Amino acid sequence: MKNRQYITGVYYDDKELLDGIIQIQKSDIPIFDVRTPFPVHGLDDVLKFKRSRLPRLGFVAGTLGAILAFVFQVWVFSSSWPLNFGGKPFFSVPSFIPVTFEMAVLFAAISLVFGFLIKSGIGPGAPALIFDERTSDNVFLVVLEFVDDSHEQKIFNVLKEAGAEDIKSINPSLQNE
Amino acid sequence: MYISPIREPLVTGSKSYKQVTDDITKPMDGKPGRLWFVGLGLALLALMLGGVAIFVTVWDGIGSWGLNRTIGWGWGITNFVWWVGIGHAGTFISAILLLFRQKWRTSINRSAEAMTIFAVMCAGLFPLLHMGRLPLGFFVFPYPNTRDLWVNFNSPLLWDVFAISTYFMVSLLFWYMGLIPDIATIRDRLKRSFKKKVYAVLSFGWTGSARHWARHESMSLILAGLAAPLVLSVHSIVSMDFATSVIPGWHTTIFPPYFVAGAVFSGFAMVLTLMIITRKALNLQNYITVGHVESMNKVIIATGSIVGIAYITELFMAWYSGVVYERFAFVNRAFGPYWWAYWIMMTCNVITPQLFWFKKIRRNLAATFIISIFVNIGMWFERFVIIVTSLHRDFLPSSWAMYSPTWVEVGVYLGTFGLFFTLFFLFIRFFPVVAIAEVKSVLRSSGENFVRKGVENEK
Repeated sequence: MKNRQYITGVYYDDKELLDGIIQIQKSDIPIFDVRTPFPVHGLDDVLKFKRSRLPRLGFVAGTLGAILAFVFQVWVFSSSWPLNFGGKPFFSVPSFIPVTFEMAVLFAAISLVFGFLIKSGIGPGAPALIFDERTSDNVFLVVLEFVDDSHEQKIFNVLKEAGAEDIKSINPSLQNE
Repeated sequence: MYISPIREPLVTGSKSYKQVTDDITKPMDGKPGRLWFVGLGLALLALMLGGVAIFVTVWDGIGSWGLNRTIGWGWGITNFVWWVGIGHAGTFISAILLLFRQKWRTSINRSAEAMTIFAVMCAGLFPLLHMGRLPLGFFVFPYPNTRDLWVNFNSPLLWDVFAISTYFMVSLLFWYMGLIPDIATIRDRLKRSFKKKVYAVLSFGWTGSARHWARHESMSLILAGLAAPLVLSVHSIVSMDFATSVIPGWHTTIFPPYFVAGAVFSGFAMVLTLMIITRKALNLQNYITVGHVESMNKVIIATGSIVGIAYITELFMAWYSGVVYERFAFVNRAFGPYWWAYWIMMTCNVITPQLFWFKKIRRNLAATFIISIFVNIGMWFERFVIIVTSLHRDFLPSSWAMYSPTWVEVGVYLGTFGLFFTLFFLFIRFFPVVAIAEVKSVLRSSGENFVRKGVENEK
């Protein structure tokens, strides 16, 4: 396989980054990735990301947790081992609500976090493809990928026109190997 | 992003992104100062005392505590409720204030959440110890066992098990997910070393990719949405430990909202007490500004006033209900043998926080520090008053009794302080106290000139 090569351009402000990306998108060069030190508002719209399905995952898991907790409590108290507490009914919905709620929240939260980690391919000790160590500090980085060397100059020009600075072609370093 | 033309900046000193990173990670560079070692040493000392006290409790049994037949809940449960209450500020700040789009939360949420997690750990220790047999603590969970017995799902004490463990778990996940990008920042700053490897593992391979950020944002928002009702549920359920019983002074329907307000009240007080010192010790005055302290003081006065109204409502309802037992319980609280505890509670929780109506006091760090300690003390006494004064006068005068703790109970309490501060000192040494990425995202929200200047500074 041919070695992948990347060209990166630097921005120092989130608004300039957004304007720059819109400019780059006018050419037909696809954007490989954008690295930012913090979540930039509007960036996902500009990059046309699909809406995350995590909320739906959370909803499904939460519902599952609630149903499991409720059914389990009902089973314990009206079928497995009914206990008489001061003559109160075995099937007492109000006193099952707190545990049902807590389990719904717990299931939803855990599934959200694991969904996020798995979908993003990150986790303890996961390798990180770093193009520029300053992206976690103060630099907004646009990364373009090219395979054919003849594209290189063209990409340089596109980035330059889009106001990016410090444009260079780069082989990323893999952390955590 | 909306840029406010008149609001005071959330971060002062016209910081660039780079300066934010440098300032916040600075306390983690080099060797820690002498103050840090002294603090950690004291905390470890308290922790060891706690270890001894816990050993005595487990070895000799609960008889080593000052409890008796009438007063079965003393310092143990008081401390439990107090610590859980303190553990409410962090998630309140990071979840509810996130949903309300309060940007000032970004400077304090990370450390407040850490305090939440440590406080809940301290809290959880007390019911576990109070059960007497530490290794059998897992009996509280419904697991299939040879006796075919289940736990009692009608009991608020069991709801507490679920509420507190869920709360701990969700707070921990929420906190750590927020921490990942900041750990990556530290990783990228370090030169190749063992330390860098450790942070690389802890950072989960975070790269700051736009796709990850989008997902991270989406997850954080939903987690906040889940954590917000969770915060309210936890102390509501704690209050039901009391409210569902028939003890005069406990048997009250206003307990859940009253306890939640009290929890946020005491939690904010603890966060203020610690942050006023930490911001100075770590040189973070530009990030945790007087404006932040003022905002937190406003929350204190709101929740403190709710607590005050709840006290007065309780008194009124005791009289209005016409129940002689209720009337006696409340007259006895104020003028009985534990009158001093009641009036400490009233002074510290209802009267002193009202001073925050004055802007000068709200923005004065020394005054805030003193009042926040008053609130911490007052809220401890609130739980003591509710628990002990309601119990010590039984329905049968023949079983009336008094209660005072033994050194073992005091030792366990000091031990939890040791645990809390040990963890807190380690936290401020090895993790960024302020959420770096989140502060950067609100940095340029105060005036167009500032934004232009910021871009120039960055180069």
